[in-house]
Amino acid sequence: MSADDARPDDTAGSDDGDEFNVFLSRETVAGDDEGPLAGKTVAVKDNISTAGIPTTCGSAMLDGYVPPYDATVVERLCEAGATIVGKTNMDEFGMGGTTETSAYGPTKNPVDPEHVPGGSSGGSAAAVAAGEADLALGSDTGGSVRNPAAFCGVVGIKPTYGLVSRYGLVAYANSLEQIGPLATTVEDAAALLDAIAGPDEHDATTRYDAAEGGAAAVSDAADVPDDVHPADATEYAAAADGDVDGMTIGVPTELVEGADDAVVDVFEDALADLEARGAETVEVSLPSVEHAVQAYYVIAMSEASSNLARFDGVRYGIDGGEGNWNESFARSREEGFGDEVKRRVLLGTYALSAGYHDKYYKKAQDARAWVKQDFDEALAEADVLATPTMPVLPPKRGESLDDPLSLYLMDANTVPVNLANLPAISVPAGEVEGLPVGMQFVGPAFGEETVIRAGSAVEE
Amino acid sequence: MTATDDGGASDADAGVVDPDEVRHVADLARVDLDDEEAAAFAEQFADVLDYFAALDEVPEVEDEPDLVNVMRADEVRDGLTQEEALANAPDSEAGFFKGPKVS
Repeated sequence: MSADDARPDDTAGSDDGDEFNVFLSRETVAGDDEGPLAGKTVAVKDNISTAGIPTTCGSAMLDGYVPPYDATVVERLCEAGATIVGKTNMDEFGMGGTTETSAYGPTKNPVDPEHVPGGSSGGSAAAVAAGEADLALGSDTGGSVRNPAAFCGVVGIKPTYGLVSRYGLVAYANSLEQIGPLATTVEDAAALLDAIAGPDEHDATTRYDAAEGGAAAVSDAADVPDDVHPADATEYAAAADGDVDGMTIGVPTELVEGADDAVVDVFEDALADLEARGAETVEVSLPSVEHAVQAYYVIAMSEASSNLARFDGVRYGIDGGEGNWNESFARSREEGFGDEVKRRVLLGTYALSAGYHDKYYKKAQDARAWVKQDFDEALAEADVLATPTMPVLPPKRGESLDDPLSLYLMDANTVPVNLANLPAISVPAGEVEGLPVGMQFVGPAFGEETVIRAGSAVEE
Repeated sequence: MTATDDGGASDADAGVVDPDEVRHVADLARVDLDDEEAAAFAEQFADVLDYFAALDEVPEVEDEPDLVNVMRADEVRDGLTQEEALANAPDSEAGFFKGPKVS
């Protein structure tokens, strides 16, 4: 591939009836005839491997890449009877909060096409919001399922780290990311979680044996024996019963104060409604979250700089042409990666480089431990925590592209959850001037049932 | 961007990133940059690194790692076929990946 044709046509998807540029490929994979998701259509984010179907991660680097195997979640979708209808657009390698950094052009928000759908799983959220699929899978590294769910007015769940297999997910930041479901209702999203969650011999982080250092060692929140994975002992869809009578909801002041007034109004109305239905609210404090966004980006960028080293134009990626090995790699990556990916790979390399490791990376790990500790203390006082999902309304397309820092700050309410490896849900709580506002609930590790129950109460 | 003698970066470094430093990091990361990109990144990196400097205020926290390394038995099992493994390579020859010359 020459430099001239390396960049894919950024109008792809606009002339095939895909008015919001939701799909990067539309190929149907029929699931088994029977199963809990029989008859349901599912759109899959384009960083989740599908055997024989292109998987580009929204990057020119992987234009034309066809994985030789299925991700575990894809196998489980088919076993559950779901039909895959296509691969969805996304911020390149999951790096972005608006789905504008895709090499294949931005996705439009079906609620209002002048606005972004959120990111990085914007194609998946838009597929559900536009009725192009009943359900969708996204991936959430710092909020990338919850953010587009909030901006598109749908439901998104970020599972506890270790609940869902990451085998076959093209890695961006291993220690943070989880595949998560999107749907129009909490019950449907939970049913999709039922289908994909569970231990996987291909992904050691799904192990659940306390004695061997598996996930049971980290939490006793899930009321199951130490050697049983929570997904094998739980039916998440059944938890969507709307019953919050007697539930204690903690409201972290730090994550409400920073949000726009219009967003806070919708959030407080929804909270008052839950109180009317028997929930009790208490104020809790998370002093560490002031440093969470910095810690998140240092860790995510550092992991990205390592993970993306594999794209060298030899095993896959754009051919870097003649010259010595280093020159060829550098040319392949110059042509294949977009600005945001380069920015993060370079900043991650910087944060890990000699003399800066202690200043940035080690401090970020300290901040991560502090965030976890804060959440543990807050969740000792409350069953679940509630915040606005996004502190702002969906921006207009093009508005935030040139200012990376303002984009990073949008993630203030979602990234702490990934740093602490906890489960969270975003549910539509209302609208402001026709634009959706999402409400987030955060629970203890493997406490998916609690966040699903709280979320389902908001939609009633 | 040079590490100081004590192996740490001084506070004075925050907010000062010039295009040459960006190029040095880009070299380490094996990413070519044109002049325009190097200049734009230098400006943006100053802002972002300035923002990251707030991590200096974070206290040390005792942390038990959630997950520990777990090794499985090293057993031979089926993997990709040679054909599958090579299918996405831009260039291959006689069953091997073909890379650039190591000069």
